[in-house]
Amino acid sequence: MKKLAFSLLAGLLLLAACKSGPPPSGLTGTVNTDGSSSMADVMSALQEAFREKEPGVTVNYSGTGSGAGVEAALSGACDIGLSSRRLKSSEKSKGAVAYVVALDAVAVVVHPSNPVRDLTVEQLAEIFAGKISNWQALGGPDAPVAVYGREAGSGTRGAFEEAVGVVDRCVYTNVYGSTGDVIGNISANPNAIGYASLSSVRDGVAAVAVDGVACGEDTVRDGAYRLQRPFLMVASASRPLGEAAQAFLNFAQSEEAAAYITRAGAIAP
Amino acid sequence: MTKRKPAEVSMQILFLLCGLVAVAFVLLITAYLIAAGLPAIRQVGLASFLFGRTWDSTNETDPRFGILPLILTSVYGAAGAIVVGVPIGLLTAIFLAKAAPPRLAGLLRPAVSLLAGIPSVVYGLVGMCVLVPALRAWLNLPAGDSLLAAILVLAVMILPSVIDLSAAALEAVPKEYEEASLALGATEPETWFRVSVPAAKSGIAAAVALGIGRAIGEAMAILMVAGNVANMPSLLRSVRFLTTGIAIEMNYAAPGSLQRQALFSIGLVLFLFIMLINILLSLTVKRGKEV
Amino acid sequence: MARMRWPSPRRGLFNAVLRLLLWLSAALTGGLLVAIVCYVCYRGLPGLSWQFLSSAESILQGTAGILPSIFNTLYVIILSLLIVLPLGVGAAVYLTEYARSRRLTAMIEFAAETLAGIPSMIYALVGVILFCTALGLQKTLLAGSLTLAIMTLPTIVRATQESLKTVPKAYREGALGLGAGKWRMIRTVVLPSSVDGIVTGCILAAGRVVGETAVLMYTAGLSTAMQDFSTIQGLMKASGSTLTVALYVYAKERADFAAAFSVATVLLFLTVLINLAASLAGKCLRRG
Repeated sequence: MKKLAFSLLAGLLLLAACKSGPPPSGLTGTVNTDGSSSMADVMSALQEAFREKEPGVTVNYSGTGSGAGVEAALSGACDIGLSSRRLKSSEKSKGAVAYVVALDAVAVVVHPSNPVRDLTVEQLAEIFAGKISNWQALGGPDAPVAVYGREAGSGTRGAFEEAVGVVDRCVYTNVYGSTGDVIGNISANPNAIGYASLSSVRDGVAAVAVDGVACGEDTVRDGAYRLQRPFLMVASASRPLGEAAQAFLNFAQSEEAAAYITRAGAIAP
Repeated sequence: MTKRKPAEVSMQILFLLCGLVAVAFVLLITAYLIAAGLPAIRQVGLASFLFGRTWDSTNETDPRFGILPLILTSVYGAAGAIVVGVPIGLLTAIFLAKAAPPRLAGLLRPAVSLLAGIPSVVYGLVGMCVLVPALRAWLNLPAGDSLLAAILVLAVMILPSVIDLSAAALEAVPKEYEEASLALGATEPETWFRVSVPAAKSGIAAAVALGIGRAIGEAMAILMVAGNVANMPSLLRSVRFLTTGIAIEMNYAAPGSLQRQALFSIGLVLFLFIMLINILLSLTVKRGKEV
Repeated sequence: MARMRWPSPRRGLFNAVLRLLLWLSAALTGGLLVAIVCYVCYRGLPGLSWQFLSSAESILQGTAGILPSIFNTLYVIILSLLIVLPLGVGAAVYLTEYARSRRLTAMIEFAAETLAGIPSMIYALVGVILFCTALGLQKTLLAGSLTLAIMTLPTIVRATQESLKTVPKAYREGALGLGAGKWRMIRTVVLPSSVDGIVTGCILAAGRVVGETAVLMYTAGLSTAMQDFSTIQGLMKASGSTLTVALYVYAKERADFAAAFSVATVLLFLTVLINLAASLAGKCLRRG
């Protein structure tokens, strides 16, 4: 049995070796990144592009949360932390250094069948604080409002609640563990409203304008769209990055990467 | 007795060590959970941790760590799953052990073990895509994610183990009991329900206890259908279980924070629950063996 | 058996209702399975293609692929079995061949039962504190495999033990009578004739590993990128999603339900395969 297992393992290794091929000259190593789940698409695109550039380097991404990502970078549990909100002063004082790789908007999304397409910040505050519970009050159909939000600790939740002024006052119908989860559940529920990273907004949900400003690349870059935040890569000041990690960080901030970031739905700075 | 070879002695010690590994793991798990779970309980206070009605772990001004809603949800969820799942499971077990034509039983048995083998995320996925929208539409709710959805998913998930254990217990009932009952003029169904089931009751009790353990311990499937807001449990609202309470915040809680420590405390409470059920289970099984 | 005469119409009705209930419940159970399998296949089969199974996901090309998750799953199965197999078989051998003290046996068996009853969320927590943090393994497939090894220990112990118990006493006495030492007797007589139980245990354990999500989500990472399995260092640091975790990632993080159902279809197929293998192993390897 053990022999069988060993030969299976050997076979697996061989297969994997054939698949990836020997790295040409250049860097080797593994870069573990950890943090914001809103950055999933951006990270996947960067990972994939970087693999073509440096086939010897494996970049791993674990979508956990901004707070956990920053902590992991500071404690050395990962190489680069990912945060989808600005660093808190407490994090900066512990030696976290942030590099902006992209800008992102927090889009307010509803089901495509919902006729409501424009909300004011005040209306949003009332919806999320549980004061408006029927879509009729907002010019929609006679249907209950299902308020979908993100888990405590999420960068998106932090950014949204702060921008709308409902920090710690939200009354959620459901909370979900990731950006994609909110999108998936809103696309399945005509009553739902929620917030999610613009880069993840896709068919199946509709983004509403906030204070009459549509959520888009231009309105984010010129600051007209109010609900926005940066995508950060975070390193620790006290722990120098490894060669591979430094190369990945440099790549993520390069002109070349900007195209991939745009293709992943975020906005290059 | 001849002096034993050193190889023999060392092998015996090696095997003993292997045997003790299981004990060591249990002690290790217990020790780590207590060590990781106690600090937050101490900081929050046992009473306000266990009986607090509000869980608001990241509130910047006034964080609250009350897990009463989580405990009650887990209890209600398991109870609901038992109420829905056990009758169906028991009846199916009687069918399988007594009433089914052999060929049909030959088909149903692998079906039950397949049901047991399906990964919980698959149940969650189907629940999320079929059950949740259906509940929303039928009951005209804002959203279908609810305790009810979780109970239904859990009921399906405990079904195979209830069927399996109950059927085994029913098959172990001595034939003489049933023959005597039939000879006295009872019909077959009467015999199954009035003689076989009571005779197999300790096995069935074990099946139910196992079902409760499964239901309290399940995380991923109900994470996908329960909505995950820490409301006090109510059938049609979003709820958070002990398990999902850990699961959903685990990734967001910064290492060393009170929030993360509190999650480990939830783990400790969950562990104690499960240990209690395990002890009950092994007591019922033992009593069944002695009778 | 002679058909019973119905003494009264009420009793007849009662009996008929009982029978109907039995059939209905059984039909419900069977129907549930059929409905779940059909629904998953209905939504998952269209997305299954060779490309889906044989490549990694590409955001740039917008294609889904689960090859890395397949590799990760195999790696976790093999690694956790390699760790748990000697321990589990050893424990079972100790319990059936060596143990004299009833209290010690009862303690070990109770420990194994307890391990079997602990929910996976607890294992996830323990894995996070013990392997990822205390041993400094970070979120890796290695940490996940170690956690799963603890989790599957009772499965291996129980299956091996069942099968050891069925080895006839005469075999053992024969070997000992020929002057073989106890260890030699175990190695040459007892273990070979209980291969069926060990293999069945392995298959059941593999089944648990394939179906496990919570433990791996928190101890092994969520990456869907191809890992480097060609060097020792790569094996140690490999971190990524197995199939169940990939399903979760597609369904919950990406809201890509087509891909999620395709992964679910693959998982159902694997489950059927494992169930078949388990019953075949039981039948084919059983001696006599």
